[in-house]
Amino acid sequence: MTAVQHLKRTLIGLSLLGLAAHASAQVQVSDAWVRATVPGQPSSGAFMTVTADSDSKLLRVASPVAKDVQIHEMSMKDDVMRMGPVDSITLPAGTPVKLDPDGYHVMLMGLTGQIKEGDQVPLTLTVENAKGERQTVEVKAAARGLDGMAPGKMH
Amino acid sequence: MSTLFTRRKVLTGMGLLGLGLLAGCDNSPKLNFKYGKDLSDKIMGRTFKLKNTQGETVTLSSYRGLMPVVFFGFTQCPAVCPTTLARAAQAKKLMGRDGEIMQVIFITLDPERDTPEILDRYVKAFDPSFEALYGTPEEIAVAAKEFGIFYEKVPAGDTYTLSHTATSFVFDTRGNLRLGLSASLNAKECAEDLLTVMEVC
Repeated sequence: MTAVQHLKRTLIGLSLLGLAAHASAQVQVSDAWVRATVPGQPSSGAFMTVTADSDSKLLRVASPVAKDVQIHEMSMKDDVMRMGPVDSITLPAGTPVKLDPDGYHVMLMGLTGQIKEGDQVPLTLTVENAKGERQTVEVKAAARGLDGMAPGKMH
Repeated sequence: MSTLFTRRKVLTGMGLLGLGLLAGCDNSPKLNFKYGKDLSDKIMGRTFKLKNTQGETVTLSSYRGLMPVVFFGFTQCPAVCPTTLARAAQAKKLMGRDGEIMQVIFITLDPERDTPEILDRYVKAFDPSFEALYGTPEEIAVAAKEFGIFYEKVPAGDTYTLSHTATSFVFDTRGNLRLGLSASLNAKECAEDLLTVMEVC
């Protein structure tokens, strides 16, 4: 490969990277974490805060650690916990939406193995804006202990 | 003074001390809790008969002398079950030595998927003293009904999740139901009310 060819490739690579960075700037994901499991436990939950620049919807989440990933909503009334899948989560422009143990969460079902505290679990979020444009956001969620405490914060 | 006499004296002293403790006991039918619900007048959860993860049959009387804290849930529960178990572990720590008689009993509402092995590892991940109970779906239904627990399967893709009552039920050391702790309370609030249950004898 000549030096020019090499430079061209690098430039194309850089511009593609730039595009990716531009696209992902519309959706911010922070504090992503997954609850660790005990061996044999087939499912777990993932939690995070999602903020979209424009009115959007979180449509889907995928992960290589689970055969089926669903978005669920938990609600509490008269000390009865109700749980069930939802089609999507509304992300109003500029508003951080929390996926936490008190509301929405991502269910990782049919786990391929045990999730251990400290593991980095890859998640791919599919978000659609009001124009119907879809983009994916890659996130690495750190696994916390079963008690949901970040390593070192408990005991 | 002979050793025997000394021993007798000591025993008498201990007896008197015991009487004194009895007199100081709160034996009232009702209790005042700061955060939880007084369930002293409720007849619930007295006759459940399930298996522990060693396969032994247990009833409420298996826990005599301990303060049982009963919670129904399932291990594939992402939020309220781990939060409640973590809260119980924290409350037990906050109670210090008094926490030693607190016995958390996790009863699965999902006996079809929660095997004894998974249940045992699951509850012990929160605190090694915690116990899990299981039974046939019919036996679980009977136990849940006794505690007034609502639970139902909710379809989720090819599988299901569960909705269920999230209250923790606390018995005193004599096996009388005393306290209901809602899922909204924190560990400190639970610990305070649990110490009130311990004043009963």
